[in-house]
Amino acid sequence: MRFETERTRRRGHPDSATDALARGLGWFSIGLGLTELFGARSLTRALGMEGQETLVRAYGVREIATGIGILASEDPTPWIWGRVAGDALDLATLATQLKGGNRERENIGIAIGAVAGVTALDILCAQTLSQESATPLAPSRDYSDRSGLPRSPDAMRGAALGSVHIPDDYKTPESLRPYPLH
Amino acid sequence: MKALVWHGTKDIRCDEVPDPQIEQPRDAIIKVTSCAICGSDLHLYDHFMPGMQNGDILGHESMGEVVEVGPEAKHALKVGDRVVIPFTIICGQCEQCKRGNFSVCERTNRNKDIAAKAFGHTTAGLFGYTHLTGGYAGGQAEYLRVPYADATHIKVPKTLTDEQLLFLSDIFPTGWQAAVQCDIQPDDTVAIWGAGPVGQMAIRSAILLGAKQVICIDRVPERLDMARAGGAITINFETESVIERLNELTRGRGPEKCIDCVGLEAHATATLDAMYDRAKQAVALETDRPHVLREMIYVCRPGGVLSIPGVYGGLLDKIPFGASMNKGLTWRMGQTHVNRWTGDLLRLIEEGKIDPSFVITHTVGLEQGPDMYKVFRDKQDGCIKVVIKP
Repeated sequence: MRFETERTRRRGHPDSATDALARGLGWFSIGLGLTELFGARSLTRALGMEGQETLVRAYGVREIATGIGILASEDPTPWIWGRVAGDALDLATLATQLKGGNRERENIGIAIGAVAGVTALDILCAQTLSQESATPLAPSRDYSDRSGLPRSPDAMRGAALGSVHIPDDYKTPESLRPYPLH
Repeated sequence: MKALVWHGTKDIRCDEVPDPQIEQPRDAIIKVTSCAICGSDLHLYDHFMPGMQNGDILGHESMGEVVEVGPEAKHALKVGDRVVIPFTIICGQCEQCKRGNFSVCERTNRNKDIAAKAFGHTTAGLFGYTHLTGGYAGGQAEYLRVPYADATHIKVPKTLTDEQLLFLSDIFPTGWQAAVQCDIQPDDTVAIWGAGPVGQMAIRSAILLGAKQVICIDRVPERLDMARAGGAITINFETESVIERLNELTRGRGPEKCIDCVGLEAHATATLDAMYDRAKQAVALETDRPHVLREMIYVCRPGGVLSIPGVYGGLLDKIPFGASMNKGLTWRMGQTHVNRWTGDLLRLIEEGKIDPSFVITHTVGLEQGPDMYKVFRDKQDGCIKVVIKP
């Protein structure tokens, strides 16, 4: 769990949304990696990249390692930045396939769009995590001495009883009070 | 005079407006020495309460010195008297006032017809709180016209400070009534949702009324600190499961008494019902977000009491009423019958058993008022309670 700081909107609050996004990206990474590792032949065919199965499998291993890193580490920030770097590599590799001669240019375009979308999410997640803290910050102000009571709460327990009037219509009706069982 | 004026959603300005005048024989005018921004003012700031109009003066927690008295209020007030003004305007003569049900006074809401259409019957007039409750000018201003002033005031001694007395106008009696509604028994666990100003007062009230265990649920670290200082065990709903922790702290039985000090703008996160409420509210299919009510009904011990000082304004969806009925829960709610409690509470302050000023975190002038609405709404800078010195 990461916690918000002065650099984010809600200082001191846990940021469960970004935490969930990071985990989601971790699982996505593993899923994509497995697809690349075991479906390299189909992928290269769809993208017109036959003969580059080994490269795609290597990218798959990279994705799986990054995904495990995100899910297993206490602080996923460096691993998410790792995903951003991997996205850049993926985009560069796909871009080289846009040159003339690739019969699957349309699929390459779709793949670039999809990777760009995930890259935007990765950057958002990495930037947010980088501004946050692994441990909650101390409250911005210390109110731990603001009891409003002259003695400890334990010593003041019941202190008003006897000196204030509780109207009858605010008391539990007799019929609803504990009933003595015979 | 200067006053904080509502111009629209999230648009409050410090404007120059005409001084108030005596309009009715029972009126009085007070020079406001201190006033405060209430959590329920934020419902107006965010415009979740219907019935606001451009130009309305805000504020229903005020105190000051009487500077003018109408002819029919002179038997009760004189110029120079120091008074706290309760947020509910009361006639003191109708059947409801005579029963002590001041917040449903039958006479003081001058827009009775609108209120009756919305609620079935009228409720009392309120200062600075929509035209549903009379459209009266509020007290976040240099001067305040107090209608029915011979009944609508609490005389206070000059030996105590404004800060000690101001909250007799609303949050202290509201937290107190919330606890009294629970009819607290010595072995009771009282769970309080919301560690804002009313929640803080409810915690101290429950302690003073002898609750064995008080638990407070919120997510703002500074507020949870203050709740612990007042004797509560705290649950941060962003890092812990409220239901699990409450059951753990009550050996699986649930708290006997549950108090909702949150109301219609619950900020539940990562729960399905909260997302559902957000979506419905966005398309105007629901007015309020009742996550706290649902949680209270679910976790409360069978036979227990739900006390609801938190403000609700309209229509609530997906309330598990079957659970409430089958568990035999008692519901107690309502705006606060301020004058019913202020005698006892003033005495507690005078006796030194409580000093309500503990809750003040920011004190500013009227000009800073609009900015403080935002700071308070966003819970920035450790803001829990803002006092304004006009």
